[in-house]
Amino acid sequence: MNWLTDFFGDPAHWSGPDGIPARLLEHLAFSAAALLLAALIALPLGLWIGHTGRGAYFIVATVNVARAIPTLGLLVLFVLLLGTTTVWPVLIPLVALAAPPILVNTYEGVRGVDPDLRDAAYGMGLRGGQVLGRVLVPVALPLILLGLRLSAVQVVATTTVAAYAGLGGLGRFIIDGLATKDYASVAGGAVLVVLFALAVQLLFTLAQRTAVSPGVSRRQRVR
Amino acid sequence: MITFDRVTKRYPDGTVAVDDLSLEVPTGGITVFVGPSGCGKTTSLRMINRMIDPSEGRVLLDGVDVTTVDPPTLRRGIGYVIQQAGLFPHRKIVDNVATVPQLLGWDRRKARDRAMELLERVGLDTGLANRYPFQLSGGQQQRVGVARALAADPPVLLMDEPFSAVDPIVRASLQDELLRLQAELHKTIVFVTHDIDEAVKLGDRVAVLQVGGHLAQLDDPATLLARPADGFVQEFLGRDRGIRRLSFVPGEGLRLRDDLTVPVSADVASARGTAEPWLAVVGPDGGPLGWAATSGLPKSGTFEAVPLAPYGTFVRGRDSLRAALDAALLSPSGNAIAVDDSGRAEGVVTREVLDEALVLAAREASRVAGETRAGEGPGEAGGAREAADGR
Repeated sequence: MNWLTDFFGDPAHWSGPDGIPARLLEHLAFSAAALLLAALIALPLGLWIGHTGRGAYFIVATVNVARAIPTLGLLVLFVLLLGTTTVWPVLIPLVALAAPPILVNTYEGVRGVDPDLRDAAYGMGLRGGQVLGRVLVPVALPLILLGLRLSAVQVVATTTVAAYAGLGGLGRFIIDGLATKDYASVAGGAVLVVLFALAVQLLFTLAQRTAVSPGVSRRQRVR
Repeated sequence: MITFDRVTKRYPDGTVAVDDLSLEVPTGGITVFVGPSGCGKTTSLRMINRMIDPSEGRVLLDGVDVTTVDPPTLRRGIGYVIQQAGLFPHRKIVDNVATVPQLLGWDRRKARDRAMELLERVGLDTGLANRYPFQLSGGQQQRVGVARALAADPPVLLMDEPFSAVDPIVRASLQDELLRLQAELHKTIVFVTHDIDEAVKLGDRVAVLQVGGHLAQLDDPATLLARPADGFVQEFLGRDRGIRRLSFVPGEGLRLRDDLTVPVSADVASARGTAEPWLAVVGPDGGPLGWAATSGLPKSGTFEAVPLAPYGTFVRGRDSLRAALDAALLSPSGNAIAVDDSGRAEGVVTREVLDEALVLAAREASRVAGETRAGEGPGEAGGAREAADGR
């Protein structure tokens, strides 16, 4: 385990623009931006298709195609097309990676709500948007959050590839380490990515606990 | 009043769910749509609150064609109860009940107070208000469903098989509860069921629908049982039609005998020499205890020591002739003990009195049935066979 202490014990790794805190922040920024963009596209689309039932074929088609695309290949393609002056060559592949799980789970969550519930909601005089916002989304929330969580964890792990495009993030420890045969740096970077992913997982679990109604998650509350 | 004016619902694939339906649902009464599956009863109900729009004809609510009203606005003025209650699982019971008041823009406090009031009204402990639907039993959820439908005090209530998913005992109590509520509230209720017994129990008027969305008969339950319009209705009504009709003959006019009851503290000697084979023994609180056979009385002592046979009672001011007959059948004497509302024995109705009442009821039924034209009587087997094939 020497290499771990070598990496984490070196004070030089804890400061400056290529130190752990700076890389962590970059990683966070890339991941968050990718997740946010993916959610902005996939959430409304999933809600709309799930609610109206229109365009369900679109989900199947795009999602299967999107899942077949290797993120690294897409990255290389966009680097060749756009160069490395902007973050887009990194962001676009990450968004393409993050969107499908959000889209599918949101769609399935909304579509899967008990038809009786929908019927009751309309029958009481809720309008379409109110049915979606006040009934379908809260009831489908566990699946919607699951989609976001799957995406977030994948994105955090995959943002490592940003380093290929010469951009920052925790991937730099791995990529640069490989180039200079500094295996302590490679292992340290990998550990950091894993810890980050675990933290994201934990964050979403907490979000699930607070955002989902106990009536939906069926948590018995002692009264 | 709700009016169906030559309403037809035809689906794009050619299926006719409702066929040229014309009927009126009077204000302040319970009208039941009953029939086998595929008879269009639910479709008809859902055309009232525009969950479905008719292909032809009009549905009028107090003279206004419902299709001229914006659906959400229309629905907020009509209570809606469905089979599985359809409660919102993510909202507490009180918020479920307050749904429509909140949609109508009542302030939170007022909507909440109203919800609590309604929970009590449908017979629920207000302690359940802060629970979630999954924490309630099926029967409780259904009561919440009724409370939710009544929250904004709509004049019209649509109930789509609301009690068919609960067990028979709970169903009976929900039915009684509905009748009790209706006696207070006088809503215009349209109630859909496939259960003819439920229809007959709840309906002021019963519309029997036939597969293909055709109205077979619309009558009050007593007339329906006495005079089915055709073989289909007769078959749908099922067995024991004559007995069931007795539910609509009041039992309060039955003559009582007060010489067939004896207090449990009385000496058996007082009963010696009576020609009556059975006496109803009454406890100190006035409630009946059982029947004593006068042939096997001990030589001395009170009725405390006499073995008693089981008995049946009916409430004279409230129960029907059917209940009185049932009470008689539960007694070895063949006589029924009449009690008042508090359960005190008022006297005994003998077999002879019941017999007279039954003859009168039978005469009344055949008089009503005699008004049908010859050849259209309920004995027609052909219609019944047709109806059976149509299912």
